[in-house]
Amino acid sequence: MEILVCIKGVPDLEENEIEIKSDGTDIVRDDLVYSINEWDNYAVEEAISITEDKGGSVTVVTVESDEEKADEVLRREMAMGSQQGILVTDAAYGKGIASVLKAVSEKGSYDLILTGAQADGGEAQVGGMLAAMLDRPYASLVNMIEVIDDGKLKIGREIEGGDQEVSEIDLPCVLSIQTGINEPRYVSLRGIRKVSSVEIPEYRASDLGLSADEIGIDASKVKRVDYFVPDLGEGAEMIEGSMEEKVNKVIELLKSKGGMS
Amino acid sequence: MTQLFAYIPHKNGAADECALELLTAAAQIDATAQVTGIVVGSGTDLDAVCNEVAGSFNEIWKIDDVKFAYPNAEIIRKALIEVLPADAVFITHHNSFGMDLSPGLSILVDSPLVADVIEMEVDGNTLKTVRQELFGQVYSHVNCDISSGAIVNIRPGAFIPKENAAAGGNVVDKTVNTDVDVKRRYIETVTPDSGGVDITKADILVSVGRGIEDEDNIEMAKELAEALGAELSCSRPIVDAKWLEQARQVGTSGKTVKPKVYLAMGISGAFQHLGGIKGGFIIAINKNPKAPIFQVADVGIVGDILEFIPELTEKVQ
Ligand SMILES: Cc1cc2nc3c(=O)[nH]c(=O)nc-3n(C[C@H](O)[C@H](O)[C@H](O)COP(=O)(O)OP(=O)(O)OC[C@H]3O[C@@H](n4cnc5c(N)ncnc54)[C@H](O)[C@@H]3O)c2cc1C
Repeated sequence: MEILVCIKGVPDLEENEIEIKSDGTDIVRDDLVYSINEWDNYAVEEAISITEDKGGSVTVVTVESDEEKADEVLRREMAMGSQQGILVTDAAYGKGIASVLKAVSEKGSYDLILTGAQADGGEAQVGGMLAAMLDRPYASLVNMIEVIDDGKLKIGREIEGGDQEVSEIDLPCVLSIQTGINEPRYVSLRGIRKVSSVEIPEYRASDLGLSADEIGIDASKVKRVDYFVPDLGEGAEMIEGSMEEKVNKVIELLKSKGGMS
Repeated sequence: MTQLFAYIPHKNGAADECALELLTAAAQIDATAQVTGIVVGSGTDLDAVCNEVAGSFNEIWKIDDVKFAYPNAEIIRKALIEVLPADAVFITHHNSFGMDLSPGLSILVDSPLVADVIEMEVDGNTLKTVRQELFGQVYSHVNCDISSGAIVNIRPGAFIPKENAAAGGNVVDKTVNTDVDVKRRYIETVTPDSGGVDITKADILVSVGRGIEDEDNIEMAKELAEALGAELSCSRPIVDAKWLEQARQVGTSGKTVKPKVYLAMGISGAFQHLGGIKGGFIIAINKNPKAPIFQVADVGIVGDILEFIPELTEKVQ
């Protein structure tokens, strides 16, 4: 099975404290550490394990104007066991990202296209848009994939309360992957070194028959105006003091509010 | 004039509780607008839902077909394309159904999608929304041109349900013939085995998140829970990593809990996690003073849980 996985590098929230620029136009990106979007990492693992089992190959693609960041993310996921990487170096936004991915997917012949269920923007939209553009069936929040035959998969979707909605879906299709579907393998430094010289084809929107304008922010009807810190009222009452004071305060609250004896 | 449509989710012949949140959201777009509720399903269950919500919406569009007995977004999308007018503003929830339905719908009806909206208002043809990015770490204002319609996915729980709307709408049958070539076929819904764990009854929940850092540290959280006579619960990444059973997960894709005290330790406060906490006194311990959990907690402590947990356990013992 030929599988395309769409991935993105996102600010690593364990490594960075996020600050908003004073004019609100962006977050402070100097020295920001990026890592692979968690959901995408599960998608890549799933693709690799399917091809290990059924044959075929995995291609990872990212749409990113910052080439250095893109290269790092692609190579990390290739080190997990994806055979090919593709980089599109244009600033695409919203629906524009799906348009680019559509064009990339049409350069190859993929039975299955995976995305993460969501990334740092939280829109959870790229996979579903891509499927509609390609006129392929779609399922979001997929937490189980079983290959039935060349023509179809059995899949599970995670729904509210943690229940699993099981369906059959025809290939070719697009699926967005939910965390927990598998246990992503670790990437060793040796693994990354091994793929460090693999050539990653780079495209511009124009190479794909798209204009930078039609995928960029100006073409988007949805536009971020700014980032801001809302007036959130009081928030939590913060307990200061020594460890002992804090521990005592928590115990007091557990007794008064939690009925602990 | 914008036409507002709300997709009404339902199950076993009753509208979901969150259905009336859609009316509040619609009123933020246009307080005087007529809101049409769309109810898709089949048979007597569907009629029961239509009758139940008819009083709250100006009009109910009923779409009735056996193939809608289970809400499969892949087929429902096809029906919606047939019935929605070109400039419709269509509102649904940003949940497992809305995430499945809306991105594709937005492409097929050629209307922009604004997802996971927590607040909004309209200025001319511009829908001005408030969203979050980076999992609640930052807020953003996002504008959407709705002159030719829009798809709006609202965050569950972000809009207070409009309980006593008395619109007195009629039920109109809008059943259409949709393409029968269904490429995603529903089989069954499986509820995972709880393994005898029940976190929903506990007075005190000791809840750990990714801040627990390592599987070996789960033990110290267990000891604390035991010392407190509490149950151990967790956020999703702990279940994803298989460090604890799924039955211990709190959140929209886990359990809904209402303890007396909820001790959130090393949990950032993503909305899908908070969606599972329906009450109780929240004490949050987190090393990041800006963690969103501090906005909703009653009491907060900035600190390292790996130091705090053993100290607390010892003191309690
Ligand atoms: C459709 C969908 C459904 C979902 N359903 C759920 C759900 O039901 N439940 C759920 O929980 N999530 C759910 N999620 C995931 C959710 O979006 C978040 O990713 C998740 O809740 C984050 O868990 P966390 O707070 O433990 O981890 P993180 O967001 O990584 O936060 C870890 C926190 O720990 C703090 N920390 C780190 N080390 C320490 C330390 N030593 N001491 C103190 N603090 C420390 C950090 O500052 C940070 O705030 C869902 C996501 C999707 C897309």
